[in-house]
Amino acid sequence: MSIPNIIPITEELISAHGLKPEEYQRILDLIGREPTFTELGIFSAMWNEHCSYKSSKKWLRTLPTTGPRVIQGPGENAGVVDIGDGDCVVFKMESHNHPSYIEPYQGAATGVGGILRDVFTMGARPIAAMNALRFGAPDHPKTRHLVSGVVAGVGGYGNSFGVPTVGGEVEFDPRYNGNCLVNAFAAGIAKTDGIFLSEAKGVGLPVVYLGAKTGRDGVGGATMASAEFDESIEEKRPTVQVGDPFTEKCLLEACLELMQTGAVIAIQDMGAAGLTCSAVEMGAKGELGIELDLDHVPVREINMSAYEMMLSESQERMLMVLEPSKEEIAKAIFVKWGLDFAIVGKTTDDLRFRILHQGEEVANLPIKELGDEAPEYDREWREIGSLSPLDIAEVEEPEDYGQALLDLLGSPNNASRRWVWEQYDTLIQGNSLQIPGGDAGVVRVDGHATKALAFSSDVTPRYVEANPYEGGKQAVAECWRNLTATGAEPLASTDNLNFGNPERPEIMGQLVMAIQGIGEACTALDFPIVSGNVSLYNETNGEAILPTPTIGGVGLIDDWNHMARIGGASSGDAVILIGGDCSHLGQSAWMRDCLGRAEGAPPPVDLMEERRNGDFVRSAIRNGQVTSCHDISSGGLATTLAEMAMASDLGMQLDFSACHGPAHALLFGEDQARYVLTVPADLSGYVMASAEGAGVPFRHLGAMSGDSLRIEGLMSVPVSALRATHESWFPAFMDVPEALAAE
Amino acid sequence: MKAAVILLPGLNRDRDMIAALTKISGQAPQTVWQTETSIDDDVDLIVIPGGFSYGDYLRCGAIAARMPVMQAVREKAEKGTRVIGVCNGFQILLEAGLLPGALMRNASLKFVCREVRLEVANARTVFTQGYSQGQVIRCPVAHHDGNYFTDADTLAEIEANNQVAFRYTADTNPNGSLNNIAGIVNKAGNVLGMMPHPENLIEPAHGGSDGRALFESALGLVGA
Repeated sequence: MSIPNIIPITEELISAHGLKPEEYQRILDLIGREPTFTELGIFSAMWNEHCSYKSSKKWLRTLPTTGPRVIQGPGENAGVVDIGDGDCVVFKMESHNHPSYIEPYQGAATGVGGILRDVFTMGARPIAAMNALRFGAPDHPKTRHLVSGVVAGVGGYGNSFGVPTVGGEVEFDPRYNGNCLVNAFAAGIAKTDGIFLSEAKGVGLPVVYLGAKTGRDGVGGATMASAEFDESIEEKRPTVQVGDPFTEKCLLEACLELMQTGAVIAIQDMGAAGLTCSAVEMGAKGELGIELDLDHVPVREINMSAYEMMLSESQERMLMVLEPSKEEIAKAIFVKWGLDFAIVGKTTDDLRFRILHQGEEVANLPIKELGDEAPEYDREWREIGSLSPLDIAEVEEPEDYGQALLDLLGSPNNASRRWVWEQYDTLIQGNSLQIPGGDAGVVRVDGHATKALAFSSDVTPRYVEANPYEGGKQAVAECWRNLTATGAEPLASTDNLNFGNPERPEIMGQLVMAIQGIGEACTALDFPIVSGNVSLYNETNGEAILPTPTIGGVGLIDDWNHMARIGGASSGDAVILIGGDCSHLGQSAWMRDCLGRAEGAPPPVDLMEERRNGDFVRSAIRNGQVTSCHDISSGGLATTLAEMAMASDLGMQLDFSACHGPAHALLFGEDQARYVLTVPADLSGYVMASAEGAGVPFRHLGAMSGDSLRIEGLMSVPVSALRATHESWFPAFMDVPEALAAE
Repeated sequence: MKAAVILLPGLNRDRDMIAALTKISGQAPQTVWQTETSIDDDVDLIVIPGGFSYGDYLRCGAIAARMPVMQAVREKAEKGTRVIGVCNGFQILLEAGLLPGALMRNASLKFVCREVRLEVANARTVFTQGYSQGQVIRCPVAHHDGNYFTDADTLAEIEANNQVAFRYTADTNPNGSLNNIAGIVNKAGNVLGMMPHPENLIEPAHGGSDGRALFESALGLVGA
């Protein structure tokens, strides 16, 4: 029986493929005839926002992407950065927002699967993962269901695959009620001379399909992810893929074995837009045509049309160009791991993307125009005016500072995330030196006595909303600061830009200005962007998410015997503030979460000061002078002190009387470029003299002591009370019968 | 003593286990792929590491327990060779009938990765002789299905025979296991199954080395 591939092209069909009339006209001009149904699907897959970056490309080009350690910048499956001794770290962050809202478990699971595949496609063994998650208001009826499904999905895939999840973020805000965010990060280690790329080379070479079989799941997923949501969202469930971490683990081992044999000329994972996108990218990059015969594609369902096979987003699949002399060796490896290995096509010299099915040609398109010459827009954007700074005199001081701190620590956005990360395997591979709960996750580098890598993911969306440019800078600065707080040298970063509909000038303005801020901060801090992903159209019924440019960063620790943690201080250690007294309350977590006021400008980011203070902290840690360290971010100095006291299970005796300004700004303000260090009492004079010499503002706040966080004249709260409050919100929120019933 | 680590698709703590055995014994263990039908005579310790063999599809350990290599493990175990199964390895040993009982989904219904405390319930086994009776040690767990269960008669028999090697302290039982059971040995005492991961707590970088004595005991590096 022959499977029908011919369907008439109508206006409705074109619009259902997310193609604008002018884009369809461009297709007609390009090929000089009406496209076939399969070709329309291919264009839709390649030219959607998710795959083509057509709205953001112009601005992404302005980001700094090079540096002395950068081996591979954006454009490949992941970025690659040299870490010395012949090793490199390969990493990227990518969103799976739209599918996770529709089907939280599978959406999140396949997000993790996709980013892991991006990393091992390049020849790296994954060693760490992170997840930046954002959900709607806790009292929104969908939130528990999404939290429960997304967290289980992230864990279900990552735990089974066998990568430690060492960091991430979880945040709630009503602006995510209609669109949750799932940003998955993965990093792996490879040899610098063992990196594999997607650029095809050589004419007439076999194109091989590897991994799992192709089904009908995820057909049109990338197009779905390039549109806003409305009431019809439930109908989109079939566009979400289904993950199989077992097959992915086998695929990892098979691919790494295969890469040792010299059989791989080029390799590309099948992610968004599956077979279409991977084949076009390999051909277009290598200036070659690709011919595929779909009769050889391993399928798990009968009667699949060419259209379905080309657009399926079935997971755990790879496409490679094979060195023909190694075919038997390569095949044996895949047989051993129980995976498919099928020659499905060949490279050609005519720059055409040709698809055969049942002996007929169902597509014949120019490969360059599909891939790297996709449409690009210079969308209209509007400058977003900054809010003026909030006058702190307008904010009343709380009557009881101890209670104010407890209120903050027990609020949804500041409570402990233990409920989440205890569902992730944080220890597998035996190299985890720091797990979630501190500033950054830290993992040892296998085969090296002292080297370790630090990972952090950060953004403060309320700052970006209030001032996209400063907010973009702050996301980079906070990530850089979190890495620094462990003693790591920040190496490079990846950006995952989540915004609303770019066809609205105010949203495009957020995107443009945030990228400008990110670019400036990355340049000033020598923290290039080596990979990334853009997720637009995060809107439901016209309401956009908070602008959320997540930054994932990687840092290098030369000797993990000299790193700092959030805990580990001893009684008697001096507590020292690095950076100035706080003078801002605008957009602070305390005002938002305890007073219900999201007002004023966010704290400005002075990148020179950021760098100077950070460099000082890092050198103090590396010189072995620091017993614990934590940066100051959301929740201000009070939150930092409380988190350090809980982590060390020790009180503090502090005196703020020498500080300038009102107590609520000192305690809860979020001025940037600041840290708290603890140092042995006999080194405190030396450390402060060094700070003075380096021109770094500092203040001796007091000492680790007793079992309460005691600030003279302001508060005295037992550490046990801090912990009970901090740890209780999340389990109380999630472990209720309604949450279980919703699963 | 010579150790061998069993490899099955989907296991993922194999590298952790190989690293631990190598660091503690000074020599890398042999690895044995699932399709092998025999294990070398000179192997004295067989270890089945943790993970998700065959994706934990069907039932944890059920498919793995029926692979050819498990027949070889059974034959060696019957001859008295020491066998350790950790986490998924424990589940496989139960499915293979080498140990009694079953592991159900955690009482919380969630995967759990955290440090717990274990009481050494029987320090006279070949696996626990490096600890003292009643000693409480730290150990991480990472599993979704570690809730030990068996019928009342079997439970009474296990207890009467001193087959419980490790118990979670009552305040740290992470999964709802009966009698806080974390690890058991067979009647002959040469097969150990346990849910916690001693291989992830053997050196300062792990924040402690409480798991080390288990491998030292099993490898004959301490005690009798």
